[in-house]
Amino acid sequence: MAGEAEKTHAALWPGLIALAAATGYLIALLAAENQALIISLLTAGIAAVIAAAWLRLLNHASRSFEDHEDVLGGFAILAAFAVAVVFHEDHFVLLLVTTVLLYTVATLGLNIQFGYAGVLNFAGASFFGIGAYTSAVLNAHTALPHLIVLAIGGLLAALIGSLLLLPVLRTRGHYAAVVTIAFALLFKTFLEVNDVLGGPQGMQVPGMKILGWTFNDNVSIGKIALSFYMNYFMVSLLLLIGAFIVVRRLERSWIGLNLDALRLDETAASCFGLDIVRWKITAFLIGNFLIGIAGSLFGMVGSFVAPNNYTFADSLILVSILLLGGIGNPWGLIVATLIVVIVPEKLQTIQEYRFLLYALLVIGVLLFRPQGLLPRPVRRYFPGWRP
Amino acid sequence: MTRLLEAHGLSKRFGGVLALDSLDLSVAPNEIIGLIGPNGSGKTTFFNVITGIYGADAGRVTFDGVDVTNASSRAVYQAGMSRTFQRSRLSLPLSIFDNIMIGNHKRLNQGLWFNLVRRGKFKLEFEASYLAVRALVEAFEPALAGRIMEPVAGLPMIDRRRIEICRALISEPKLLLLDEPSAGMTHDETAELMNDILVVRERNKKLTIIIVEHEMGVIERITDRCVVLNFGRKIAEGRYREVAADAQVQEAYLGVA
Repeated sequence: MAGEAEKTHAALWPGLIALAAATGYLIALLAAENQALIISLLTAGIAAVIAAAWLRLLNHASRSFEDHEDVLGGFAILAAFAVAVVFHEDHFVLLLVTTVLLYTVATLGLNIQFGYAGVLNFAGASFFGIGAYTSAVLNAHTALPHLIVLAIGGLLAALIGSLLLLPVLRTRGHYAAVVTIAFALLFKTFLEVNDVLGGPQGMQVPGMKILGWTFNDNVSIGKIALSFYMNYFMVSLLLLIGAFIVVRRLERSWIGLNLDALRLDETAASCFGLDIVRWKITAFLIGNFLIGIAGSLFGMVGSFVAPNNYTFADSLILVSILLLGGIGNPWGLIVATLIVVIVPEKLQTIQEYRFLLYALLVIGVLLFRPQGLLPRPVRRYFPGWRP
Repeated sequence: MTRLLEAHGLSKRFGGVLALDSLDLSVAPNEIIGLIGPNGSGKTTFFNVITGIYGADAGRVTFDGVDVTNASSRAVYQAGMSRTFQRSRLSLPLSIFDNIMIGNHKRLNQGLWFNLVRRGKFKLEFEASYLAVRALVEAFEPALAGRIMEPVAGLPMIDRRRIEICRALISEPKLLLLDEPSAGMTHDETAELMNDILVVRERNKKLTIIIVEHEMGVIERITDRCVVLNFGRKIAEGRYREVAADAQVQEAYLGVA
């Protein structure tokens, strides 16, 4: 009987091996400087993944992740620390990794909106920008504690996002997406003409301080000097862990079920009592809150905000991460963000053509693996739970 | 005797077509009513109007003593009416369990705090739900009971129909609306599904059912009373044998000789 196979737990080790291999590979890729070496590493990586998929090794790994998510999540945090320890004094790499962490938080927010509730948001970068500008203004002009500034960044993104709710709720599918595109374009223009916010030149963002701990100072422990980005790395990692847990619990609850139900069939969902508007609003606001917090912290990390960093094109990058990673699968989003953020930075030769790379990646995924690199598995309310 | 569902002068117009033409229909508790008629006679429109998918252009509907004319789909469901759809409307990527739980929406704790933070309590509700879904599915098809955490997408039509009926039944409605449950199934499968429905009915004698169906064998076997529609109007009402013998009904189905 088909039910019997499900009752045996998957082993932990395939997941562990996959995680260790990915971490080792990532460290090698980040350490490589020589373009020829980077290109051969990338080629080898792609070949290894395809080979593993052919040999069905990836299935073992993903089943292992499904059953032991909590343990493997803990190891994933260790893996992130391992990367940070290896590059503890390298500003550039730590900034890159921190960027990956914060973009992942933002795409987790988009994932709630699009992946679960089916509301396509093409203004992700705008809401990210709202968070960043919130940090710029509040850090420069007020003495508000910076953790509260982060929360305000999230709340403002949700609040300003609710301006969009009325048109988004009254339209469906492509039309709702067009409303968000219009917002993204308006937002950039608004920033450019607004002198209080620095106009097209943008503005400086004072760095983060928590209880006298100044993030923009380099840290040294004994004789070991750490890059100041290590501070931001830690806070970003904490934020990602928090966002990941929220998204996971949301999916694995009746609310996640509601969102799936209304995305897949609104009529059937309302025939079983779902309040479509309530759940779309809930998803949109929680999603925007996550995007806003991530943007707020990103503003402090980058110490500078300008309208050109939050354009429609940047929103498209966020959406392409979602498509690439596997809509609805938070693990897939981490992998996809790593690819989309790190590959163009390391491959200097394609810097100019990075949008072409994204376009090719998305087209390739849609053609050959429409559910993304790591497709979303069937919902399990509690990992490893058996009746 | 009090009526569970009562429709008075119910009309629905789509452009130039009068899909429901001042229809009167009343259903007593515990009855099984067959709603029959040729294609396009307004049977599904009737379901859609009383379940709030379409607004009525005229008329009144009361359900269990409450006026539900033009009430939302949500309100009608909350009041205790559940339905299946003519063309299966399951969420294919979701598991059997998920699909059935969608039907139990009104009895689940939907609070954000409960769902995200009180995971221990949520787990208790989840485990109780699992047992309830499993018991319900087992009553229909024991072979499915071991697979309820698997996606619906791989299942044959008859199992999908069963799951749709389970989704409508899990919240223990007072009135179940079945919209052509045998559509797309073989003769044997239809017979099997009707046995299932009779079993459900045996277990819950208080359940009232309105069934839209083209298989007259089904109608004859399970209904207490039939209502025949043609061009949105009621042309006959009574036991199956009576309406089947009615000249107007024969004309509606077969045309004038």
